Amino acid sequence: MGQAIAFYTLAAFILGFAVLVVSTKDTVHSVLFLVLDFLFVAALYVLLGAPFLAAIQVLVYAGGIVVLYLFVVMLVNLKRPPEAHQDPHRRTKLGFGLAVAVLLELGAIATYGMTRTGSPLVVPGTNGPLPGNTEQVGWLLYTSYLIPFEIASMLLLVAMIGAIVLAKREL
Amino acid sequence: MLSDYIPIAIFVVVATGFAVFTLVFASLLHSEKYNKVKLEPYECGIEPITDARDRYSIRYYLVAMLFVIFDVETVFMFPWAVIFDKLLLFGLIEMVVFIFILVVGYYYAWQKGALEWA
Repeated sequence: MGQAIAFYTLAAFILGFAVLVVSTKDTVHSVLFLVLDFLFVAALYVLLGAPFLAAIQVLVYAGGIVVLYLFVVMLVNLKRPPEAHQDPHRRTKLGFGLAVAVLLELGAIATYGMTRTGSPLVVPGTNGPLPGNTEQVGWLLYTSYLIPFEIASMLLLVAMIGAIVLAKREL
Repeated sequence: MLSDYIPIAIFVVVATGFAVFTLVFASLLHSEKYNKVKLEPYECGIEPITDARDRYSIRYYLVAMLFVIFDVETVFMFPWAVIFDKLLLFGLIEMVVFIFILVVGYYYAWQKGALEWA
């Protein structure tokens, strides 16, 4: 009961701030609403029993990525007249189609994704499950999900080189 | 389990409440007299000449991007560090491979002068 109240309160805040993000005229304010949104998502992770992910959400998303967003916003010319923002190639129908596809996908995940039951994680050679959330994340990440972890470093490398190549033209 | 977070929730509520209370209370109490000096942005210092919403140099973007990338790298090292006594040599090799790939990127950024400001 208490969990349900907490969840729906958080979900209402998340949705409300998300609407503010897309509806605010000032782009910088929009990014600041995004910070609040990320913080409430972090609270949702706490509710789901994932405190490590919540801490990372605050540190990386609310802290790092939003700074990046702010600099991107500051790079573009915000003082153009309103007519210049109207894109003649705007694809409303495609956007609606994609939104419906994502909604269906999320519905399918919510319906069929709940059947898998998790058993407590036991490290071979030790007795009992791992004590903390961070330890469990670490154990899974560095044993079962080793390949995705190494691919993540390639992804970071690509992001780094991509950013330098994009920015280099202007340096 | 979740009750561990009640102090944090109280802290958030008190911090937000204090900010809102100060703003509301001040707006109820303050006088409505304005003059030209009072409406200036600073009591002393240089007057701003343009709007703050100006276009900034792309160097800020580059620095922010590199920061986020190495931030994420550090995040990956944290769960590795707490579990290292169980992963041992295997974990060490994993992390060396991971860091080596990112050091390649670091070397590239250095060579391209992305870390230079001038």
